[in-house]
Amino acid sequence: MSQGKVFKYGDDVNTDVIFPGKYTYTVSDPKEMAAHALEDLDPDFVKKVGHGDVIVAGRNFGCGSSREQAAVCLREAGVGAVVARSFARIFFRNAINAGLPVLVCPDAVDALKSGDTVSVDLAGGVLAFGDQRFSFPALPEEVRGILEEGGLIPYTRKRLGKA
Amino acid sequence: MGKTFAEKILGDRVGRPVSAGEIITVRPDHVMSHDNSAAIAKTFKKIGVERVKDPDGIVIILDHCVPAADEKYAQNHKEIRAFVAEQGISSFFDIGRGICHQVLPEEGFALPGRLILGSDSHTTTYGALGAFAAGIGRSEAAVIWATGEIWLRVPPTLRIEIGGSFPAGVGAKDLILHIIGKIGADGGLYRAVEFCGSTVRSLSMGGRMTLCNMAAEMGAKIGYVEPDGVTLRYLARRAREGFEPVFSDADAAIDETIKIDASKLAPLVAKPHTVDNTAAVTDVAGRPIDQAVLGTCTNGRVEDLWVAANRLRGKRVHPRVRLLVFPASSQVYAEALRLGLLADLLEAGAVIMNPGCGPCLGAHQGVLAPGEVCISTANRNFKGRMGCKEAEIYLASPETVAASALAGCIADPRDS
Repeated sequence: MSQGKVFKYGDDVNTDVIFPGKYTYTVSDPKEMAAHALEDLDPDFVKKVGHGDVIVAGRNFGCGSSREQAAVCLREAGVGAVVARSFARIFFRNAINAGLPVLVCPDAVDALKSGDTVSVDLAGGVLAFGDQRFSFPALPEEVRGILEEGGLIPYTRKRLGKA
Repeated sequence: MGKTFAEKILGDRVGRPVSAGEIITVRPDHVMSHDNSAAIAKTFKKIGVERVKDPDGIVIILDHCVPAADEKYAQNHKEIRAFVAEQGISSFFDIGRGICHQVLPEEGFALPGRLILGSDSHTTTYGALGAFAAGIGRSEAAVIWATGEIWLRVPPTLRIEIGGSFPAGVGAKDLILHIIGKIGADGGLYRAVEFCGSTVRSLSMGGRMTLCNMAAEMGAKIGYVEPDGVTLRYLARRAREGFEPVFSDADAAIDETIKIDASKLAPLVAKPHTVDNTAAVTDVAGRPIDQAVLGTCTNGRVEDLWVAANRLRGKRVHPRVRLLVFPASSQVYAEALRLGLLADLLEAGAVIMNPGCGPCLGAHQGVLAPGEVCISTANRNFKGRMGCKEAEIYLASPETVAASALAGCIADPRDS
């Protein structure tokens, strides 16, 4: 169970505004990536975001480039989960592989606004806001293990007996 | 019930019938990466494996920031070259060969029936040759390097049937902008998008690549065009190996079918800052521009340069406009040189750049200043995409970009 405040954005939040392309080959330290999170969409985001905060957005979150930094920078900035009406497919994969929970929950998107405080129970599949409860579908079993291990690399290390 | 192209090709890989929605583990024939290969190599080392599983399955192309713009990019390229040598990766193409999505088809890696994954969203391009080709992330590429395999979800299929002949001044780029404007940036989300119909069959390989390249901009997992005589002719001197085309069955379960009449289309642009924000060129004609870009993995082929050269030959680019031309590969460059197209463009005032991604991702070679407006043949116009969030990018066909470069403002190619 994690608790945090909501940062709400619209539809089609793309990877260029989450993590600008000009940094993709020059910034490699995850902490430094976090400093650029959502730079071209909400320049104040990194100043205000706290550990466990939740991004709430509309359709097709993370569309555009395959850059994994878009998921990593949000995780490193402290984001506990991204809740959206839908996710772009490569971002969805990257988020799971980076250990960043991504929740498809249109009802919660309708109900929430920036500044709201929510709690997320990943195992139980429930997002709570005041006395409202929103359930979100579990990830497919085949990929749940990746998120549970903290991402694709720790998951692969374990599978190969390297962990 | 028959199977779709996606179901057949993935089912073949796991040795049993599969259906849309299933999650399976597959071994791709090739995994492609570019300037991000240094980052992938660092992740690969973290897995704890010393050697890549299949060095012959790996294809690496340096294209995103070539030649290196500064010390950091130079270091990045240096690390990739060292990793390639250390691991014995033979399919390595250094700076100057071209954009990955042009080089894989030219070098005969992209073949009908192949399963190709690439750590780049526009990997969908190879569907133009009948391959199943999808974008993945960097960590996933590292895991394929280490283990040879990765999970995929079998996608449902969206079929887009296009009939009719293009009116004058209209082509594949206008068609794909029309489709994305119609169904939206998530209109193909998670799905395999099959482009079919008489209009698609009449398209050159370049036009088909434009369609499949931009399938990524509607959220698709893959784009696909049925292999035919055009495909076979393209591959005649290029294919590295034999191949077996894969087709959807006539009675396959299609998620949705959309029909489009190409004869009703007009030249289009995508306005800032999303690709589905499309409008008729006539609606934005007259908007002054500072830069025009001809090239990228979407429209940097000989036929694209030919269209532009025909418009610019004997004329001058408007004094306000910087026209940057990026042939998509060294082969395109050489052919355009042989045909005199580069001379035509140069004499008209264009700056001829080396093959590569250029300013498309905002790293170098023509990034924009605040308040500037660019018209480009690229595939993305997101805020900040060309290096400056206060700049505006319009996407259009080579015809429209060339007409606009001459006029100094967005211009309808049918007017000149």
